[in-house]
Amino acid sequence: MLGPQSSLVMYDEEFQRISQLLEKLLRESNSKVIFLVDKNGQLIAASGETANLDTTSLASLTAGNIAATGGLAKLIGEKEFSILFHEGEKDNIHISIVGGRVILVVIFDQRSSLGLVRLRVKKASNDLATVFEDLARRSQEQSSSSSSSSPFAEITDDDIDNLFN
Amino acid sequence: MSFINYASREINCKIVYYGPGLCGKTTNLQFIYDKTANDAKGKMISLATETERTLFFDFLPLALGEIRGFKTRFHLYTVPGQVFYDASRKLILKGVDGVVFVADSQEERFDANIESLENLRDNLEEQGFDLDKIPFVIQFNKRDLPNATPVEELSKLLNERSVPELEACATTGEGVFETLKAIAKLVLTDLKKGG
Repeated sequence: MLGPQSSLVMYDEEFQRISQLLEKLLRESNSKVIFLVDKNGQLIAASGETANLDTTSLASLTAGNIAATGGLAKLIGEKEFSILFHEGEKDNIHISIVGGRVILVVIFDQRSSLGLVRLRVKKASNDLATVFEDLARRSQEQSSSSSSSSPFAEITDDDIDNLFN
Repeated sequence: MSFINYASREINCKIVYYGPGLCGKTTNLQFIYDKTANDAKGKMISLATETERTLFFDFLPLALGEIRGFKTRFHLYTVPGQVFYDASRKLILKGVDGVVFVADSQEERFDANIESLENLRDNLEEQGFDLDKIPFVIQFNKRDLPNATPVEELSKLLNERSVPELEACATTGEGVFETLKAIAKLVLTDLKKGG
């Protein structure tokens, strides 16, 4: 598994696999929106009716939420609370931790149910965890091979200065 | 830590503004938000109390432009400065790429600055970071106030590592973008080293 210190790196192949898994979960759980967030608050992938959603903010708040509940868990001697559920009048949010590092968020309404979402999320979590294990392995291989493969090794000071002009 | 996405060709980095209560962390973010073009920023989120004190964090996503074909995105966070929110402060530091310490230049906040800096060091350590190694800049805020401590004195006490230090007045925006630029530069340079 990825350590807390390592950068998360996403490659095309894994991104495709993740997107497919999210699409499948969206279909099978009859939900509205699904997204995947890094525990640090970075949005990894999203699927469903995301057009009118501020996914960046959602990602950051979700990570804050998980971090806060994680803090609560530690205070009472639990490792973490792996599932959170928020019930609204129309829409509900189901949040779960996948593979210890990423957060899976499912937004659904009355067309689905908590039971169905829980069931489908469980299956999808295992599949997603496998992808993230592959990703971690690949990142490690890449970083132990020559560092010149990193596109950032050649960033110049000028490149950075140009960002602010 | 940073999130590099080859699929969407994006680099995401997390910057945290730290400092004692009422030193101007939120004001820094607010100014950046106000002065940034709409297409380069997302919504600014403030989880604050009814009296506008930060309760959990402020969040501002920024898109800075492209480097070598990669879109660079910075997520700016502030922590709640008040001493008793320490548990929340620790959480915000998770996965941080760079820290801005906003010091309150006012004489009577001298001790509060030192206490907050020590608290930053402890909380970073708890998350596995070393304040002496992480990209770090210091902003001496509220330079416009008559009771401001001389910069040399602040620098001697708060900046042992001799990191970039900037004078600012966050309410008018002076030094705010300079601070952001300084930390962004350090973070990207760190990324280049493969950190």
